Amino acid sequence: MSRALAQLLARVLAVLALCAVLALLSDVFLTRGNIVNVLRQTSLLFFLASGLTLVVLTAGLDLSVGANISLAACVAGTAMKATGEPLLGAALGLGIGAAVGLCNGLMVALLRIPSFIATYGMLWVLQGAAYAYMAGQPVYGFPRAFRLIGVGTVGGIPVPILLMAAVLALGSVFTARTIWGQQIYAIGANATAARLSGVPVKRRLILVYLLSGATTGLAALIFLARLNSAEADIGGELTLPAIAAVLIGGASLFGGVGSLFGTFIGALLLTLVLNGMNLLEVDARWQPFVTGAIILAAVWIDMRTGRMFAARAEKGG
Amino acid sequence: MSAASLAARTPGAAFMLGVLAVGFAAATPGFASLPNLVNVLLQSSVLLLIALPMTLVIMTEGLDLSVGAVLTLASVVLALVATASGSVTLAILAGLAVGFSCGAVNGWLVAGLDLPPFVATLGTLGMVQGVALAASGGQSVVGLPPTLLVWYGGHVAMLPLPIVIVALAYTAMHVLLYRTSFGSHVFALGGNREALAFAGIRYRGTLAAVYALNGLMAGFAAILFTARLDAGHPTAGIGTEFDAIAAVAVGGTSFERGNGWLPGTVLGVLTIGVLRNGLNLLAVPSSLHVACIGVLVILAFVIEGAKGTAP
Repeated sequence: MSRALAQLLARVLAVLALCAVLALLSDVFLTRGNIVNVLRQTSLLFFLASGLTLVVLTAGLDLSVGANISLAACVAGTAMKATGEPLLGAALGLGIGAAVGLCNGLMVALLRIPSFIATYGMLWVLQGAAYAYMAGQPVYGFPRAFRLIGVGTVGGIPVPILLMAAVLALGSVFTARTIWGQQIYAIGANATAARLSGVPVKRRLILVYLLSGATTGLAALIFLARLNSAEADIGGELTLPAIAAVLIGGASLFGGVGSLFGTFIGALLLTLVLNGMNLLEVDARWQPFVTGAIILAAVWIDMRTGRMFAARAEKGG
Repeated sequence: MSAASLAARTPGAAFMLGVLAVGFAAATPGFASLPNLVNVLLQSSVLLLIALPMTLVIMTEGLDLSVGAVLTLASVVLALVATASGSVTLAILAGLAVGFSCGAVNGWLVAGLDLPPFVATLGTLGMVQGVALAASGGQSVVGLPPTLLVWYGGHVAMLPLPIVIVALAYTAMHVLLYRTSFGSHVFALGGNREALAFAGIRYRGTLAAVYALNGLMAGFAAILFTARLDAGHPTAGIGTEFDAIAAVAVGGTSFERGNGWLPGTVLGVLTIGVLRNGLNLLAVPSSLHVACIGVLVILAFVIEGAKGTAP
């Protein structure tokens, strides 16, 4: 069995095992309300993590996603509050998200700033801008039509879950079945080889950061529609879980390895853990601790199994 | 260091500092006064204590994103022990122990388990922050013994105590980096790790020690930090790592070649201190300070990149 498939299978089994444990420990876990709740939370994390997965595939990192959510949600929210136009809000949210992603891409591809530094600088620029823009005030109460993307349902299924399925399907086709997608894997596996093979590395890198910004903008809109309010630090705590979801999903920080379905499983696994902590009434202040520990464990396991497979391959086994 | 390499390095750090200082002096009358400049030095003291060892971490082609959270946790623990026991000595030892332990864990993750530094320290950032929130119950720890406050407000022979402390810390760090074999190994860790291995030097211990030192210094900085706030606050130190990384970047230490320069970090810290102070005097909202520092970092990298591609 190939390494990637074995690891994915192990993760699906982990999700099932976790579900079984939570179902035993809590009566509420298997109710329809809770399952829909888990999937809805997974969707937000997945939107953030899906673009981030592409970045990680190129051996980069985007630390600005959480702050990007903050700024996009705040600007979109205040614009809708002022004009009552849901389309204007949606356009602004997606536009800001994508514009930030484009800036990240230009810094990484053209100025050749290491991605985690460029996006880390961007994190603070965005967070500062969001705080200054909101001046300490929250904004709330958005048009009903807009709120449908967060709380509406189609055929009994919540809109965010449908959107998640759509992004997962389209994204999987893009990464696995198109030339651009394959080029993204190639850049992460070996950027020099990719460049020498005629892959337009700079343009693909810019595209990847742009897409990461755009999916972040989408996450901002859904977050906004669900919460029906926004404040300056709304997204700050989402960066860590998003990175965790990508890494749990099996993407390698060294690039070239990972998939959107893996990231979906990663987002689901992390959401289940946090949901379980909620159901078991663990103090919410421990959530960053658990998320951090899971990141470390995921990377460590990834490196161990990577070595195991590499060693087995060397022996010809 | 030759005059040529000094000239090649000075512009980035000193140029920004000079431009900002002249600009602020022209823009606000309060900036160029002696009390205000002493104030800039005082306010920079905590950051310098964090940025000096961070220079070493970055020289090993590493990064420590957790140091702001470690500063926070050490400060919270220091304040908790001080209020519970009334003993400042015991509290300081507890803070140092927390800092050192966190740094040692980072060192183990990076040097022992080979985890990429920015992910390892991102993970510990979350964990340490979680412990700080849980230990303090999310509340400020107040009611510190007055003898602790001397660490930030006291004087030695007319000089403010924090300035004396950072001068001593700089001297110690300078000697460690430029006059010991440990320092040479740190240089080699960034530039030429394989050469160390071929020379039969066990570099993992050195690498772990660099992270442990970074944590220990965060514990040390927590003394001044707590005395300045007169409290242990569970989120007050968040983001300090960014100022420290920014100071090192502005100071001309390379993130990819391990080419570090400790005096440059002092210039970088002063640049950020002057920037924050000047923006304060100009009544720019504090939320925009970090945005300006973000721009500064990107500028520093553009300058660094321009130098790297120059013949």
